[in-house]
Amino acid sequence: MTQVLTPPTEDVATEAPAKLHGIIAEFETVNDIMRAAKKTRDEGFKHWDVHSPFPIHGIDSAMGIRATILPWIVLACGLTGTMVGLGLAIGTMATSGIDLPGLPGAAAPIRGYKFLISGKPFNSLAAFIPIAFETTILLSAFGAVFGMLLLNRLPKLYNPLLKSKNFRRSTADRFFIEVQARDIRFDKDKTAEFLKGLGATSIELIED
Amino acid sequence: MATISTQPEKPQVLFDNTTDDPTRRAPLVLGDNDFTSITDKVTGIAAGKPPAKWWIAFLFALSLLGMLGGLIGYLVTTGPGVWGNNQPVSWGFPIINFVFWVGIGHAGTLISAILFLFRQNWRTAINRFAEAMTIFAVMCAGLFPGIHVGRPWLAYWLQPIPNQMGMWPQFRSPLLWDVFAVGTYATVSALFWYVGMIPDLATLRDRCKNKYGQFAYGLFSLGWTGSSRHWHRYEKAYLLLAALATPLVLSVHSVVSFDFAISQLPGWHTTIFPPYFVAGAIYGGFAMVITLAVPARAMFGIKDIITDRHIENCCKVMLGTGMIVTYAYSIEFFVAWYSGHHYEQAAFLNRLMGPYAWAYWTMIFCNCVGPHVLWFKKARRWTPTIMFAAMCVNVGMWFERYVIVVTSLQRDFLPSSWALFKPTWVDYGMLIGSFGLFFTFFLLFCKFLPVIAMAEVKTVMPQAHDIVHDPDEPYNPDEDQADYRPDRPHYEWGKKR
Repeated sequence: MTQVLTPPTEDVATEAPAKLHGIIAEFETVNDIMRAAKKTRDEGFKHWDVHSPFPIHGIDSAMGIRATILPWIVLACGLTGTMVGLGLAIGTMATSGIDLPGLPGAAAPIRGYKFLISGKPFNSLAAFIPIAFETTILLSAFGAVFGMLLLNRLPKLYNPLLKSKNFRRSTADRFFIEVQARDIRFDKDKTAEFLKGLGATSIELIED
Repeated sequence: MATISTQPEKPQVLFDNTTDDPTRRAPLVLGDNDFTSITDKVTGIAAGKPPAKWWIAFLFALSLLGMLGGLIGYLVTTGPGVWGNNQPVSWGFPIINFVFWVGIGHAGTLISAILFLFRQNWRTAINRFAEAMTIFAVMCAGLFPGIHVGRPWLAYWLQPIPNQMGMWPQFRSPLLWDVFAVGTYATVSALFWYVGMIPDLATLRDRCKNKYGQFAYGLFSLGWTGSSRHWHRYEKAYLLLAALATPLVLSVHSVVSFDFAISQLPGWHTTIFPPYFVAGAIYGGFAMVITLAVPARAMFGIKDIITDRHIENCCKVMLGTGMIVTYAYSIEFFVAWYSGHHYEQAAFLNRLMGPYAWAYWTMIFCNCVGPHVLWFKKARRWTPTIMFAAMCVNVGMWFERYVIVVTSLQRDFLPSSWALFKPTWVDYGMLIGSFGLFFTFFLLFCKFLPVIAMAEVKTVMPQAHDIVHDPDEPYNPDEDQADYRPDRPHYEWGKKR
């Protein structure tokens, strides 16, 4: 059933012997990958991952993934957005100008526009709430999306895993465990043997 | 090593999943589907040649879009006089169309954000194209105020850009709140849509045989490999976006309603407008979801993913929001009477019996009478009645905005300034042309992008939850704790050395 394929990747013209990136092991069902993930975690690997076509419920604890700091990034962005919105509205409507000498491109200070309309106060805070609300949401959303991409080190234009034809099923219907060669416990033969023992349907070496 | 069943049980084949039996969960994906077949079906739509019907629809929509472009050119070179807008009805078709289209968008965000927070798993099959519908509807919506400003080449003045005149937009005006609300809404909806699509774009990248397709899908999937460490942050980001988009979508149509409610005009100056507009937006949006889903699922053969149950749920949402809208219509009349306000009462009597009574009664029939055929289960499962109800709402919700904008403006405080509103052929052409814009983009989306959120649909299939505990292995309950950290050296549960 299990087989070690070498070299498993598509033909890539290389002169020097390629550096080993890691080993991937293929699994067919969610149940298999969950069991295998727990065992790999307990084996003490650090630089390893599970690749799946969809987020598996419970995989975080099965792999020992720590909670992300993303919500704090979003909170910081949201608070910045509130300040930007309120600052923009109050600064332009209720002050005679903001002197920002360091602002690039602004040779002159930004002038306020105190315009008395319908006898409303210059600082009509209630009327500025929608502006502050929308900028809060906008900057929070930027924080959520770009923060997530940044923490995930994406976009990544080159990934040795994608050289494997078999690995392409990881976005369709198969589950993979990847153990990277940089892990201190990695040993080409022993790790392959270990992953085989977990019930992998195939094992592949991935070269960088 | 003890072996356990590795093959998931095949899902029970059911053709009717519209059951209301509370003792069992209705399956969301019908037929003999597994992860492979779902992937094949959805990527097949993007990879295969489009059916002839697609070409006919696309060329028709494209010609309407061309007409819209021509009419905008005519408007820009000639001036807003080509429209029927005049005193006293200075907000004609452009603002009606704006409110109509921005309302349509709301159903997409409701499905993608609010139903996500409520854990309504049936949303997974329809959320992708409902979100696409949102984006294209907001594009149509954004177009109309942009060309309605009179000198469209100066529309950038809406933005708070520092300038040598020291002038700023008026932040106390609801019209400027609209710029911020609709601008934020368009941006956040596009981000939400794109983030949701990254894993599915990666699936298309890995399955695409065509060199250009591989490049484009590869570029836009950002190197996604389905890493669980990535999924963890991705799911958190998606949850946060849903939590942000929920108050946002409610704020957008509230702010749109402020355009009317904050003015002093009888018929507009009412506190019920924000919730009434939001309910109406979701009502009209779900009608558009049905209008798109029913033909699309037949055209692409995905009736086992967008099942009868999904369509029926949309019908039920329409019934619910439709009754909120009907309630709002009656409360408006009650408040007009109860206020004892002379002008307010006149404005509402004018709606009932004035020169625009035909529009008012069209609206009442289309929004408050026609869709109620959906109370019957048989009507919710028969395509002609479903489409009849959806079309009623599409027409009715456009007329609702027509009634609000035109009847309140056409009879001002001074009888000497009363006048009727006469739309021109350019008005009608632009309304029809905006549908061309909408459908052109929608059909392109259907062809080139994943119409179904594959990764999400897979999570609601029984195979994704087929986890069996091996009786031979000791179960460690600590493993299920969020702060279980076996990767930490010298880790011992409960104490750190």
